[in-house]
Amino acid sequence: MTVPKTLAGQPGPKESLFNILLTFLKVGAFTFGGGYAILPVIRQEVVFTRKWVSEDVFADILIITQGMPGQLALNSAIQIGVRLRGTVGGLVAALGVTAPSVIILLIIAAWLYPLYRDNQYVHAVFYGLRPAVVALIAAAAIKLGREILHGIRGIILCAILLVAAIVSQVHPILLLVAGGVAGLLVCRRECH
Amino acid sequence: MIPVILSLYWSFFKVGLFTIGGGYAMIPLMEAEVIGTHGWLSAAEFLDIIAVAEMTPGPVSINAATFIGYRMAGVAGSLITTLGVISPSLILLLVLSKALFKLIRNPVAGNFLNGLRSALVALILLAAYNLGQAALIDTPTAMIFALLLIASLVKQISPLYFIAAGALLGLILYPY
Repeated sequence: MTVPKTLAGQPGPKESLFNILLTFLKVGAFTFGGGYAILPVIRQEVVFTRKWVSEDVFADILIITQGMPGQLALNSAIQIGVRLRGTVGGLVAALGVTAPSVIILLIIAAWLYPLYRDNQYVHAVFYGLRPAVVALIAAAAIKLGREILHGIRGIILCAILLVAAIVSQVHPILLLVAGGVAGLLVCRRECH
Repeated sequence: MIPVILSLYWSFFKVGLFTIGGGYAMIPLMEAEVIGTHGWLSAAEFLDIIAVAEMTPGPVSINAATFIGYRMAGVAGSLITTLGVISPSLILLLVLSKALFKLIRNPVAGNFLNGLRSALVALILLAAYNLGQAALIDTPTAMIFALLLIASLVKQISPLYFIAAGALLGLILYPY
């Protein structure tokens, strides 16, 4: 078997598929709070504990992870897996980070949720959780806006797109593409 | 059964493909597909599932995809939605990894992504507004929302604290 090359061109360390699976199973099973909470845990595992990639390589992986479609944790796991053992490694890493979610959520959806759906305390919990989740989503929009809407052009573009979304009820995908195209036209130099 | 499985796969494939930058980018997409286009769930059910997906370990959108898939078509449905949401990542990163790395460093692609993220801010705000109508139904729920939003603006808070606070306040303020 040939040793897979890293992006920088050096041969990557050879690692057993079992270890790759185990590492990402652990990340998937024990990390709460979504992508931005999971990334530091992955970094700790692959850069410091396992020493699979250097900090510089991990920084490159993060750039691809955040500019690419898909989940942050999944994207970085696949890239680490590919570096270590090629395509099979990428698939094994994806399986590791995904499997705990599927197993845990299946147990909840198939068994716990029907069992407690009609309990009044469960009703009370979800009564409070719904506005909490809406606050979480609104806070995420504000946080993202603070990070990326630099200058008046970005804010105006965002406002126009918001009005367009409300008025037209167009599918979000179309609006994302429209935003991207507007970015190409408007942001020649000053949007960075 | 087969048509449902196929449209579940396609819907979640689209969610995976256009969730750029991770996290809450998937909320407006999932909302549009699951509530808007197909009417598979009510806004309240969708919020419940997102809450459960937040409080369980692992990536939130994979958790939500599994739960929604199970509700729609049992175990087969949950596997299909999960596969759908991770397929774009697998295809792009396993096949096109090196080309993408060059592309993302390209300033033209950077401008496209910047504009796309502006749209994302608008879409996530809109999703919060749409879902808020199912969640903010009386004074206590409006108070929970306002309290947590203001707290998050003052200080960086982990989603887990939002969930814990929401559950606790719900137990206290629910009109039994």
